[in-house]
Amino acid sequence: MPTYEDLLATLAEQDRRIVVMTAENRAAIRGLPARLGDRFIDVGICEQTMIGAAAGLALRGRIPVCHALATFLTLRAFEFIRTDVGIARLPVKLVGAVPGFLSEANGPTHQAIEDVALMRAIAGMQIVCPADEAELLAAMPVILATDAPCYVRFNAMRPAVEHSAPFEMGRAEVLSEGGDVSLLTYGLMLREADLARQHLEAEGLRVRLVNLRTLRPIDVRAVLRAAAESKLIATVEDHLLVGGLYSIVCEILVANEVRAKVLPIALDSWFKPALLKDALAFERFDGASIAARVVGALRA
Amino acid sequence: MTARPNEDLEELALRVREHVVRMARGGGCFIGASLSCADLLVYLYARVLRVSPGRLRDPDRDYLLLSKGHDVPALYGTLAERGFFPSDRLSRHLDTSDSIYWHPNRNVPGIEFHSGSLGHLLSVGVGIAMDIKLSGGKARVFVVLGDGELDEGSVWESLLVASAKRLDNLVLVIDRNEFQANVQTEELIPLEPLADKLESFGAAVTTIDGHDFEEMETALSSLPHEILRPTAIIARTVRGKGLASLERRADRWFVALTDAEVDALLAELRGGRNAVLTSETKVVR
Repeated sequence: MPTYEDLLATLAEQDRRIVVMTAENRAAIRGLPARLGDRFIDVGICEQTMIGAAAGLALRGRIPVCHALATFLTLRAFEFIRTDVGIARLPVKLVGAVPGFLSEANGPTHQAIEDVALMRAIAGMQIVCPADEAELLAAMPVILATDAPCYVRFNAMRPAVEHSAPFEMGRAEVLSEGGDVSLLTYGLMLREADLARQHLEAEGLRVRLVNLRTLRPIDVRAVLRAAAESKLIATVEDHLLVGGLYSIVCEILVANEVRAKVLPIALDSWFKPALLKDALAFERFDGASIAARVVGALRA
Repeated sequence: MTARPNEDLEELALRVREHVVRMARGGGCFIGASLSCADLLVYLYARVLRVSPGRLRDPDRDYLLLSKGHDVPALYGTLAERGFFPSDRLSRHLDTSDSIYWHPNRNVPGIEFHSGSLGHLLSVGVGIAMDIKLSGGKARVFVVLGDGELDEGSVWESLLVASAKRLDNLVLVIDRNEFQANVQTEELIPLEPLADKLESFGAAVTTIDGHDFEEMETALSSLPHEILRPTAIIARTVRGKGLASLERRADRWFVALTDAEVDALLAELRGGRNAVLTSETKVVR
């Protein structure tokens, strides 16, 4: 399988409009300066200037793919994203690294746990949340082929599950069907939700596992089917309760006049800085803990 | 044999480097940046700052703000050696039972403010310095900045304001190790002539060798350098200073070491032969 960097290089070689930008975040794109030459633009640690410049490049017909750590990209450059990219609806693609728990032991300054909420607050902004590297690679050509601005919650981890459906914008992947509980999730948390599914099934529960893949557009039908066909919906996300998937699901249910029991598994504050496995366990976001929280909600 | 001047500082700096190396075990730490500023932090805490474990709430204490927060292992080590907390606490680096992780936070005694997002603490320092002036105090505010961090526009806004407000109780200490995370500063976004830039923004600027305690004494024993102007010290340093396998290495900003590598680096610090590192570099930014 090619890497993210290989794919981006290939896409850029095929389409001269693509420029790869970074605010000195090169972890995933180390080899691109050699392969893209002038179309690799590292502006240094200048997130705001990167976004303003991306808008300028897009005005001239380019498709900038902008890299920075998710927290600095969505927070520090927020007003530039909203005003320069959002208002003009320019095809600038924002790639935020180490979102959610992936920032590990860096601490609150590096924890992008409100990035979905912020990007949702910009009209026209697409939001894509790959569960692993395979999904990221499947999504990128689709993202680059649309004219919309897009935020990618970057995740190039090893495969979380065996994917069954091709990537489509606004189409969820349903990994299992079941009437007791629906686990709705995206991004890094798919792996843990899948582990939770295994725990729950071992206890005799029937579990629907839904990988939403894109939060805007969102697969409304998948959410409504989960509400209609299961006793409990659990939203599982490494994001704040405010403005993330739980909010989105609640909005969909209210807009469609559907009553459902919804358990939010989300963060209410910054998480304990630690290596990934330790942080997941400490915050009770590992598969076993998620399963226990779901069982608790079913019994309540 | 007579003791060399600053022999105590040299030993202290070695001990801080030992702490830094130990914190790179397992999950790792930003070792390159930590080693470049270790001597500066040791000198500031041992000779300059009017602060001590008993004065953490004293409004007349000097403040040190670590704006380039990823070099915090050097600060953890310095604070432990100066008695702000027991040094065995550093063995809990990255452990969920404590709050000692890759960036500073105020759960660690002696740390005045959290950082990690670059370009924040000069503005926070401006606020503290303003209040000290408003309150008629004599305390000083030292803000340690990375040179890569100077890319951030907020640093220059803060310096404009510091100069406009005549904050001569504010001292910028710039760890000029000539590296961004991945590449050399002058190859990416050149900062030179840096002294001229800072001077034109209103600072009184002095350039020193950031590993030479005598030059630090000359630059830091009498502050401010000019009345009614903030002071800026450009400290020329070496990323990874003190360990051959880490010095001036673009790819050794962050390392996660094995036990054997830690032992070899600790031996090298005490005069042993140069350690050989085989761990893959973790690319975190």
